[in-house]
Amino acid sequence: MNNEDLKIKFLEMVPETSSEEGGEWLNLFVPVEKFKSFMQSLRTGTGLDFDYLFCLTCVDWKTHFTMVYHLSSTLHRHTIVVKSKLDRNQPEIETVSDIWKTAELLEREVYDLFGVKFLQHPDLRRLIMPDDWEGWPLRKDYVDEVNMIKL
Amino acid sequence: MYRETKIISDSTQSPSTGGAEEGGDLIINVGPQHPATHGVLHLVLTLNGETIKKVEPHLGYIHRSMEKMCESLSYRQFIYVTSRMDYLSSHINNHACALVVEKAMQIEVPQRAQYIRVIMDELTRIASHELWWGAMAMDLGAFTPFFHAFRERETITDIMEKTCGARLTMNYMVPGGVMVDLHPDFQKDVKSFIELYKRKFHEYGELVTGNIIFQNRMKNVGVLSKEDAISFGCSGPVARASGVHCDIRKLYPYDIYDKVEFKEIIETAGDSFARYMVRLQEMQESIHIVEQLIDNIPEGDFQAKTKAVLKLPKGEFYQRVETARGELGVYIVSEGGTTPYRIKFRSPGFSNLSALDHMVRGLKIGDLVAAMGTLDLVIPDIDR
Repeated sequence: MNNEDLKIKFLEMVPETSSEEGGEWLNLFVPVEKFKSFMQSLRTGTGLDFDYLFCLTCVDWKTHFTMVYHLSSTLHRHTIVVKSKLDRNQPEIETVSDIWKTAELLEREVYDLFGVKFLQHPDLRRLIMPDDWEGWPLRKDYVDEVNMIKL
Repeated sequence: MYRETKIISDSTQSPSTGGAEEGGDLIINVGPQHPATHGVLHLVLTLNGETIKKVEPHLGYIHRSMEKMCESLSYRQFIYVTSRMDYLSSHINNHACALVVEKAMQIEVPQRAQYIRVIMDELTRIASHELWWGAMAMDLGAFTPFFHAFRERETITDIMEKTCGARLTMNYMVPGGVMVDLHPDFQKDVKSFIELYKRKFHEYGELVTGNIIFQNRMKNVGVLSKEDAISFGCSGPVARASGVHCDIRKLYPYDIYDKVEFKEIIETAGDSFARYMVRLQEMQESIHIVEQLIDNIPEGDFQAKTKAVLKLPKGEFYQRVETARGELGVYIVSEGGTTPYRIKFRSPGFSNLSALDHMVRGLKIGDLVAAMGTLDLVIPDIDR
């Protein structure tokens, strides 16, 4: 399916989504309450089959976080970008590690560096930083006078 | 965190009070300094006897937070950092970064630069697979292949040194083209390398591939099914050995990859031997690509004219390339300034590593080394 077809289909599925034009792929904003069921339908929906989660990350916009999921289908070869806005004071979103297995480690990385809590994640611990590290390094307001080199 | 080597009485991992009990699980650390992990990877294994029950990777020993670092580097500077990610495919990392900047700024790259880039990419891929092949055999206890592999790899590093001035972290590809023109000897050197490689390639099969001990340790070990390979986000030779079509050079061609003729190597067994065979055949395909291009490099500029200070428009840009290990993605969120607002490197090794636990559960501890060798992990690429 091309971007237009995908967009029409998604608006039928979840009317609350809003899309963003301009990029190479279709960008969809999904409200966090509808997020899990929407992701589930991306994986199993007929004609969708998004089985390959190739990038999972987070962007700190200072007022809120945006989770960014890049998904594509190895069957139909279409790609979309799903985004979800999170409250910066209490960043929580449901895990997708039961849908795509690779998400388990990727979500641990995001938790480690941004402090986003993934609900129902099987093993949410720090991955890269030491266990006793304080703070979330990739947040924009993170300060570390000793280790951080600013140019 | 480093876990104490201990025996626990059941799999719930509560410390045993009575010492070594019959049938208890043993927790041991492999790494961070261990020859089989090829770098500072730390695995915590839960063993029952010699059978692996669980593998837990602990990362971060070489974490430099490149994503944070890049937020304060300009679009000309950040490329130098990426050479230090997957240092065995540094040309290809640079290529990805150059491509994403060119895509965002709509820079037209001269034909000559595109040819040079693809030749360099493929030479890098051969060099990387050579090192993997030697190290892979060494993991299984064969020392000789390492020297055979390095004999050929050395020729490539010499070629790189002449043109790029460096042997490992080349920093040769820049937005708009390549940094300097080719060395006058380049074509002659590459041709003599191809000649040497073709003369020696049969040794690889005689030394390792056909060896019965090697085959017994590789076949039906660490099997990854096609569905699992996709679900774990595997890419590159790991996924192709499980029958997944995922070669970015074929699916989303960049530069002149749509003009060259090559095969996407697919195996279906999904075991360690299949992953081995994919890489071995990929080297041949890379030689084939270089052969097609080396005599046809067009004359002209090696770099497009660009402004001294690069400013990306506001927006989000994503570029994927095929490194020697799989799909590398560079995701840039730009606010219109001279530095990225947020940059994310989608590392191929990270996703391939996530499949390790699934692959080796129930196998013996010796098979872990064989299976891990065929994943071709480069730790700085995983930690970034």
